[in-house]
Amino acid sequence: MATIPTTASGIAAAIASKQITAREVIDSYLAQITARETDIHAFNLVTADAARAHADAIDADIAAGRPIGPLAGVPIAIKDNLCTHGVETTCSSKILEGWKPPYDATVVSRLRDAGAIMVGKTNLDEFAMGSSTENSAFGPTRNPLDTSRVPGGSSGGSAAAVAAGFAPVSLGSDTGGSIRQPAAMCGVVGVKPTYGLVSRYGLCAYASSLDQVGPFATTVADAALITEAIAGHDAMDSTSIPQPAPALVASVSQGVAGMRIGRVTDLPAGAEPEVIARLNEAFAALEAAGATIVDITLPSLSYALTAYYLIAPAEASSNLARYDGVRYGLRVNAVDTNSMYGATRAAGFGDEVKRRIMLGTYALSAGYYDAYYGKALKVRRLIAEDFERAYAQVDVILTPTSPVVAFPFGDKVDDPMAMYLCDIYTIPTNLAGHPAMSVPFGTGAHGMPVGIQVLAPALGEAPMFRVGGALENAAGGAK
Amino acid sequence: MTQDPLSSIIATSEQMLEGGWELIVGLEVHVELATKTKLFSGSPNHFGDEPNTNIDPVTLGLPGALPVLNKQAVELAMRIGVALNCSIQPCIFHRKNYFYPDMPKAYQISQYDIPLNIDGFLVLPSGTRIGVERAHLEEDTGKSTHVGGATGRIHGSDYSLIDFNRAGVPLVEIVSRPDIRTSEHAKEYVAELRAILEVIGASDAKMEEGSMRVDANVSVHKPGTMFGTRCEIKNVNSIRALGRAIDYEARRQIDVLDSGGTIRQETRHWDDAEGRTHTLRVKEDADDYRYFPEPDLVPLAPSAEWVQAVRDNLPMLPAARRTALSALTGYDTQSEAVIVVVERGQHDYVQAVVDAGGDAVRALIYVQQGFADAGPVPAVPAADLAKLTVLERDAKLSATQAKTVLAELVEHGGGDAAAIAAAKGFEAMDTSAVEAMVDEAIAADPGAWAKYMAGDEKASGAIVGRVMKASQGKADGKIVTAIMQSRRG
Amino acid sequence: MSPSGTPISAADVAKVARLARLDIDEANVVHFTEQLAKVMGHFSDIDALDLSGVGPMTQPFPLVNVLREDVEQPCLDTDEVLNAAPSSDQRRFRVPPIIGLDD
Repeated sequence: MATIPTTASGIAAAIASKQITAREVIDSYLAQITARETDIHAFNLVTADAARAHADAIDADIAAGRPIGPLAGVPIAIKDNLCTHGVETTCSSKILEGWKPPYDATVVSRLRDAGAIMVGKTNLDEFAMGSSTENSAFGPTRNPLDTSRVPGGSSGGSAAAVAAGFAPVSLGSDTGGSIRQPAAMCGVVGVKPTYGLVSRYGLCAYASSLDQVGPFATTVADAALITEAIAGHDAMDSTSIPQPAPALVASVSQGVAGMRIGRVTDLPAGAEPEVIARLNEAFAALEAAGATIVDITLPSLSYALTAYYLIAPAEASSNLARYDGVRYGLRVNAVDTNSMYGATRAAGFGDEVKRRIMLGTYALSAGYYDAYYGKALKVRRLIAEDFERAYAQVDVILTPTSPVVAFPFGDKVDDPMAMYLCDIYTIPTNLAGHPAMSVPFGTGAHGMPVGIQVLAPALGEAPMFRVGGALENAAGGAK
Repeated sequence: MTQDPLSSIIATSEQMLEGGWELIVGLEVHVELATKTKLFSGSPNHFGDEPNTNIDPVTLGLPGALPVLNKQAVELAMRIGVALNCSIQPCIFHRKNYFYPDMPKAYQISQYDIPLNIDGFLVLPSGTRIGVERAHLEEDTGKSTHVGGATGRIHGSDYSLIDFNRAGVPLVEIVSRPDIRTSEHAKEYVAELRAILEVIGASDAKMEEGSMRVDANVSVHKPGTMFGTRCEIKNVNSIRALGRAIDYEARRQIDVLDSGGTIRQETRHWDDAEGRTHTLRVKEDADDYRYFPEPDLVPLAPSAEWVQAVRDNLPMLPAARRTALSALTGYDTQSEAVIVVVERGQHDYVQAVVDAGGDAVRALIYVQQGFADAGPVPAVPAADLAKLTVLERDAKLSATQAKTVLAELVEHGGGDAAAIAAAKGFEAMDTSAVEAMVDEAIAADPGAWAKYMAGDEKASGAIVGRVMKASQGKADGKIVTAIMQSRRG
Repeated sequence: MSPSGTPISAADVAKVARLARLDIDEANVVHFTEQLAKVMGHFSDIDALDLSGVGPMTQPFPLVNVLREDVEQPCLDTDEVLNAAPSSDQRRFRVPPIIGLDD
């Protein structure tokens, strides 16, 4: 048997050229899952049998000379807040435990159409609310690089799956950093596309105006490949941008000569010294590769956390109201429907979800709307305008992804505000609706990986991937 | 534009309630739009199907489902806006958050402070102009059935069953200004609105089937003072019930106020069998729908071209039809014949009868009297009816004979009026023959004639009766009367 | 922080929990109140901002008039959906008696 390539593009090429079979690839990844999943707990569900059957079908297609998709045979892990027809989708919540959706998310059907093989549904902070995956109702995911530490969150399972070699690529969702932050903490690449570039149809909503689906990968090129596969207009999502998927893989190797890279001089403080050191090295590397570093200011950035933690919970309080024990999911029986609601939702949601639902309900309630939600929407505009001014001067902006490296379990779980501060650098892009990616760039405290974040203006995925590619090249030399 | 109660429309003296009270009514009318599919998804908008068959992820509020706005629902909502003289404006959707088992997402997608249609009005057939504050798009709920318990009603039931076929059906909520001062006007408003909705194809507007639902906000006050506390009356399932419910509720409120009590702001349920309203629930400050802009939808801003196209393609509305029919027949726009024929949509038929050479007045009256159940396009060919009107106009048939022939035409879906008349022996009587009969009758009853000559009009009945008997009903009563009048000089 | 400058109270939390249909016992109301008050304490930073003349931003990407044609799409399978429900009867979703709810 030939060696199994470690990248999605390598696997697709090897299968298409009949150097290996899809079945060999999937068996190899399933073997790795068998070996380490007990330690990592990246998955809520491993769909081994379906994955093997899918691989066999692809091999049969190849043998028969039938056309295959561009990702034929590529194993992929799917965050468990993306609907998969007939396959349990839980959002890592007791309230949805056992629920089998009667339909597929658009991204799931696009990946299947492209020939990718789902290996399982990955763990997350319940309803994507959290930064460590400790808020999963089914137990935390452990960081494959140090199992005493969190993988970040909320897409901790998808990040860990790629970092542990359970799949070459995976899908996550990013509302305030839920792809980029765990990517940084697990030492993999993570991309949050422009709001509207990737369909949200079938993504169990956390905060509708902020949520976006994106990939994890071991390489920037693979991240671009998967972004291409899932992007493009979807008529089922009213907020989907009516444009075809952009070509992005080619950008990765274009280099950064002549590009203007923004350095935020008023970046909110709080990052670990090693993180700042890696950021500075990243600037130096890009400069050495021919880019110009331009100092910019984003004066409203420090207010992003407040705006986010009012807007996201407000939308969440409404989005999660549908989990009422009537049509699907958990029901705790009671004498009347109203009592059933209260009992079901109390038993079905974890504390962090409850906190955000209450916070959001409060922010929207009579007499408080203007002071909280209304004000937060205005701050959101200020932040977007800050970025608009900055992008008049630069092509992309570089910041740390997370202020801290992966931390030990329990470190912040009882202090919501400390946990929220993990998202301080990732949140602003979600508010603006812009794309951003995290690229591994050396290590920080305790030898844990550091991620550098590349931010770009709306639909600026191409320049973002150019810089991502350059950072990846330079990272070999980083500490 | 908010209503200033001190400068509002004042009821006329005959519209005032006894004791100097003035009735203030505003109506909220929900109509289901006649689309093929739901407001935000592609499952059928169809009444009466097997439960939970017209369902999709959006309708059921499944996790991950997203709404996409139905273009035809917008088109029909705009037709309503244009027909009600509203301004059509760029608008957005909001979420109205509340828990109820027939509301799948626990929020209703509706329009809040920036609706599609604003600031319109509707002119009642009687001439009164009622303001329309807004007409906005929103989605319908599913349907609950309450099982067990003594009454089958919600209170005391053992459990409830939910069918989501209706969930997501497009609705337009038409909110009138509190410009209505009598229950008659309220009924007229709903009847006229229903006629408009049918004519423009926006809704079948059947109150009995629930595709048109009317809630009435009712209060009473003394003119010159602030409006009284209002109660919202629900479960009004016919136009007649609306009038009764408003009259009952006004009486109830006046009795409470006259005996020194105060009105609570509450929702009341109309019980048509009992003929009274009773408290459904008291409005509380705790009503907190937490409206916020729906992030899953983008703004709706119909282009000027689209609005103009809707305007250009709007069929003639009932008011214009009444005006046209009035011009055609000489009958007043507010006459019952004109109102009824337009309400039935038979005005074009009347026009067709006239176009076929018929007599306009007789065509209107025949259609009003003979075609109550015939629908907008009666089976009787317009030309056939036209011939009958001419026979009567030219005195070839008496009114009584014509009525008999009309019944034959209706029964057989048409026919040759002259042939029918001949078959029935309805020969044309020439006027000289009638004159001879009148003279014979006068000779036979000189007493009656004397009285008639002295100005007793009632005495003519005896003479006319004799002529009718002698002519076996073939003489035209009007002609007989005319001859008698000429004899009197 | 609140518009009046007073922190969120236990009564506020209890009311909000009722609105959100979350049964929470008294001890937890106190616990959540402490946590939420701490979080919301950080939110007072935006009070210093001058937001006059700033419009609210509700959509990250400016789209308008996204409409679909009025064409029927396939429906879900009633059995599949009802089988996933906590309780159903006569091809409908079954719930306990509806009392204590708004109309």
